[in-house]
Amino acid sequence: MSGFAHYLPDIWAAIIAFAILTYVVLDGFDLGIGILFPFLGSEENRTRAMNSVAPVWDGNETWLVMGGGGLLAVFPLAYGIILNALYVPIIIMLLSLAFRGVAFEFRGKTRRWQKLWDKAFFGGSLIATLAQGAILGGLLRGPEVTGRTFTGGPFDWVSWFSLGTALALVAGYVMLGSAWLVIKTSHGLYDLARRVGQVSLIATLGFIALASLATPFLHPEYYHRWFQWPGVIWSAVVPLLLMVAGFGYWTAIRSDRGVVAYLSGIAIFILCFMGLGLSIFPYIVPASITIREASTTAMSQGFILVGAAIFLPIILAYTAYAYWVFRGKTSEHEHHY
Amino acid sequence: MSIFDIPTLDLARAQFAFVVSAHIVFPAFSIGTASYLMVLEALRMITGKEVFLRIFEFWKHIFAVVFGMGVVSGVVMSYEFGLNFAHFSDKAGPVIGPLMGYEVMTAFFLEAGFLGIMLFGRNRVNKWIYMFAVTMVAFGTLLSAFWILSVNSWMQTPAGFAMNDVGQFIPKDWWEVIFNPSLPYRFVHMVLAAYLTTALVVAGVGAWHHIKGTADDAVRTMFRMAVAMILVTAPIQIFAGDQHGLNTLEHQPAKIAAMEGHWETSKGAGLILFGIPNPSQERTDYKIEVPYASSLILTHSLDGEVPGLGDFPANERPPMTIVFFTFRIMVGLGFAFAAIGLWGGWLMWRKRLHEPGLFHKMALVFAPGGFLAIIMGWFTTEFGRQPYTVYGHFTTAESVSNLSHGAAWAALIGFVVVYAFLFGSGTFYLLRLMRRGPESAEPVENTPQRAGGVAGAMLANDVTTEKEEAHV
Repeated sequence: MSGFAHYLPDIWAAIIAFAILTYVVLDGFDLGIGILFPFLGSEENRTRAMNSVAPVWDGNETWLVMGGGGLLAVFPLAYGIILNALYVPIIIMLLSLAFRGVAFEFRGKTRRWQKLWDKAFFGGSLIATLAQGAILGGLLRGPEVTGRTFTGGPFDWVSWFSLGTALALVAGYVMLGSAWLVIKTSHGLYDLARRVGQVSLIATLGFIALASLATPFLHPEYYHRWFQWPGVIWSAVVPLLLMVAGFGYWTAIRSDRGVVAYLSGIAIFILCFMGLGLSIFPYIVPASITIREASTTAMSQGFILVGAAIFLPIILAYTAYAYWVFRGKTSEHEHHY
Repeated sequence: MSIFDIPTLDLARAQFAFVVSAHIVFPAFSIGTASYLMVLEALRMITGKEVFLRIFEFWKHIFAVVFGMGVVSGVVMSYEFGLNFAHFSDKAGPVIGPLMGYEVMTAFFLEAGFLGIMLFGRNRVNKWIYMFAVTMVAFGTLLSAFWILSVNSWMQTPAGFAMNDVGQFIPKDWWEVIFNPSLPYRFVHMVLAAYLTTALVVAGVGAWHHIKGTADDAVRTMFRMAVAMILVTAPIQIFAGDQHGLNTLEHQPAKIAAMEGHWETSKGAGLILFGIPNPSQERTDYKIEVPYASSLILTHSLDGEVPGLGDFPANERPPMTIVFFTFRIMVGLGFAFAAIGLWGGWLMWRKRLHEPGLFHKMALVFAPGGFLAIIMGWFTTEFGRQPYTVYGHFTTAESVSNLSHGAAWAALIGFVVVYAFLFGSGTFYLLRLMRRGPESAEPVENTPQRAGGVAGAMLANDVTTEKEEAHV
């Protein structure tokens, strides 16, 4: 096996981690707006908030398909086991996302049922977020695997820890959504978003602290990684970096610097993500299957890596262009079609 | 056996079948509508006629609703393989995974990235970029169909692979994997089905407005376009379907036996127009048969050999009854569509296309026919390849996840209830949009409307309140 082929699993682990992180920070803000939906005050505010994400939500959600599809493409064993193990929360997530997704179109098509689709947008966003957090918590605890098969039960993912990660993700998405609203809106909605942003920041950092304290005790392996050299550097430095990012968000959200707040929110997610990576790597199904064991052949990984190298930069370019086209504050009269 | 004794395997299959059958109609409609919108936008740019803009704006709303339902059911599909068929994902993943990865990277992102501009961006970008966005959305839908049909075709007619020591299918030649023997037939057949289905819907909406007397210039134009499209597409589809059948005979003879309703392999086989398969006695009852026709169609010779299902071991037979009937419904509908096309063509030639009459009623009746034909064709091909997921190599029973019976039941019920509600509501909104017709779909330029309330504004009852509110 040549040198390059040896690193294919690592390259792909990085690409998939990037896809999932991109999903989280992009769909995260529009899910956060969905969670805030009933609390936005007026009908007009709700419409405006929804319109600010309507042109881009579909692209945001495609990163979720990229995460799942990518896993199947290069780590098929992990894809099968993870989806099998987390069957219940994944089905719940998919059904909730279905409610949320159609609400964008259906809400404007009816007067009588508009309240219902508002609730669907809110409920779908909230439950999908809770489910995603529970999926993360359930995965971290390590599904029971025998050979190449998941052998646990359908509710193994339920725990205090996964409840905590579920709530943490709600707080984190609301934090991103608030920053987005500060970028995209003005007046009452803008003031509201600034207040909610501060509260959700504190909640997010609190949950991260709790989860960080709990994670090393989930599994002896994690404990070793976090409190032995060189992991201990991580355990020492990351809280500081999180404080810096949190401070950046706090000051930015209090002034009209939504973009800085949003970027600080992304930094918080990236730091958490790296912490997750430190806990799990080189496992992809925690504590049972490594990325190398789950890897498909080099021929498959190499074949699709060519496509990723060509298309991911193009995707990022036209995605950025689409955001650019719809830049600026969303006015009430905009985004009709 | 009570309903709760259904094996988990069958619950997993039922869920997959339900979810994919519900999904397939949306991309099929999106493929057709996206291409149609691209043609309308191009015609508008070339001719400068406002009528094309009005038709475009009308179908754009419908496209948006259909696409939204396609997205949410499609996100489900990307996880469905691992949820219910974890072992299939593990074993076949090295071959089909990269193809689906390419679908995401070349098609899904393309559609999603340019959809926003297409729906909301007409006044924000120049007309060339707008045309480009519309084209990319249409191109994305076709690319998506290409990749997913490549996956499906590989599962039906696997090629270009080897097995490794943990029992995984490993790619040997990507060209052979992607362009496996049945892909060209399946791709052409599916894209034609999408175009034909969309043309039938457009014709149906046009017919409705002719019957109601609300056919303005835009309705007449789109009606003519749709009837011409059916006239051209339906006969080509019959030819393409026939070619696909020959390919199936070569690679999946058991499926052909089930489609044809033959139990015994024979030369000079008759074409069974109608009958009732009787699997326990291994014969087809109440046959109405055209002598030699089956051999003639499938082998182009009167005494060609046609396979019978009885020649296959019992555990390798697809369920004949389902395949036999779904295939006949699909073919029957196909010929009905061709007849409608010819009828409409004749009326067009006699310059009587716009006089309300029986033709319009028939066009209305067959408006949803394409969807039915697609689902029937889908059933034919998918039930017909049972008991395999990878034809001849890997069975459905080997593919299934380690599922709890209760979770499988709950998921199945969840999908049925949620989909019925969401897509039922969506269909209702679509029908209401269609009933309003393009006369209410004013060109968006220079008509500021309330944000997000465009569709609201389209509802005639709401127009005044919407506009008043917008000025408050």
